[in-house]
Amino acid sequence: MSAVLQADGLGKRYRRRWALTDCTLRIPSGRVVGLVGPNGAGKSTLLNLAVGLLTPTRGRIDVLDAPPALGPAELARVGFMAQETPTYSGLSVADHLRMGARLNPGWDRKLAEDRIAQLGLDPAQRAGKLSAGQRAQLALTVAVAKRPELLILDEPVASLDPLARRQFLQGLMEVVAEQGVTVVLSSHLIADLERVCDHLIVLIASRVRLAGDVDQLLATHHLLTGPRRDPERLQAGQQVVSASHTDRQSTLLVRTDEPILDPAWTVEPVGLEDLVLAYMSPEPTGRGGLTGVPR
Amino acid sequence: MIEFHLDTRSGVSPYRQIVDQVRRALRLGLLNEGDQLPTIKEVVGQLAINPNTVLKAYKELEHTGLVAPRPGVGTFVTATLRDGSLAAHGPLRRELVRWLAKARRAGLDEESIEALFRDAFRAGAEQDIA
Repeated sequence: MSAVLQADGLGKRYRRRWALTDCTLRIPSGRVVGLVGPNGAGKSTLLNLAVGLLTPTRGRIDVLDAPPALGPAELARVGFMAQETPTYSGLSVADHLRMGARLNPGWDRKLAEDRIAQLGLDPAQRAGKLSAGQRAQLALTVAVAKRPELLILDEPVASLDPLARRQFLQGLMEVVAEQGVTVVLSSHLIADLERVCDHLIVLIASRVRLAGDVDQLLATHHLLTGPRRDPERLQAGQQVVSASHTDRQSTLLVRTDEPILDPAWTVEPVGLEDLVLAYMSPEPTGRGGLTGVPR
Repeated sequence: MIEFHLDTRSGVSPYRQIVDQVRRALRLGLLNEGDQLPTIKEVVGQLAINPNTVLKAYKELEHTGLVAPRPGVGTFVTATLRDGSLAAHGPLRRELVRWLAKARRAGLDEESIEALFRDAFRAGAEQDIA
């Protein structure tokens, strides 16, 4: 399958600090991709590089087989919603649509107006008077009405209450169902990502720690509990992601493509949230490390 | 038309939950041949889930011969899972409720009842095979 975004050895340095290092990544098309990681891990930097608002210090990034924001044709193919759901508070809803139509050659006026009507927004209302949820929906409308092939959303639901968040994701998923657009969105809310994403990227300390299709990630990670033992002595091909021990019991989160054969282990599937948290927690000190697993 | 719901704490994957809910509706006669399933856009607009999840569930139902897509229109039920046993459900249910009351009087809690049921179910299945 073709890649919508490909990064090779990508790095970005702000003065003396590297915000992103050695990022090699391939995002297949037709996915809804979740980008997660602690604050300051480089999520926004990666997204801003992808839309061409930043230029790489090192390596390269291609979006839809071209450098980001190379020219008008490339800009038209990517929709972007920056953090804090940017709208112009002094402009009305209708003004936002007029501006979108002026700036985007492929603007789908009917789609924009239908969405605004469906959301029950008053076209004459100023954006500054809208609720946070309505502003996010307006920003999404402007981003999708240009009919992009790739939609990039930087923490689109971070400032929304649970109902507005659900409504935003419902709207976003309708767009995906209808237009088949590839979506990359960053978020801290893994429960949301678990519903909407089929591909996940975990970014930690400016590096890609984990990337893959969600089905595949869930199928290859297992939680093992059993009598205490040294994680060094495991079946070949089992990679310990996190480990915790009491005096009698060991609990390991293990990644492996093979079935778990050792009958001493109780094997349980892992949810996406526990999986991500295990990768986000400090790495075990070597394979025999006795660091805690977040439960 | 039926409406899906999602239990995100059940540990059962969303795709499996959709398949199960269609099968249950077919078994209970809530869905019959010719009925239309919600469109993918309707499902994702309601549940805020990935369209591929719904697509995967509908594909599996299609493979088992329960539904078929009509291009440009939607997905329709082509078979039923009602097996003529529906009439027997009422009496069986009443008997089961009586049995449950009896089990509680004998001091069984929910966990023991479930374990006993599963055990008997398994033993019965093994007898059928033998």
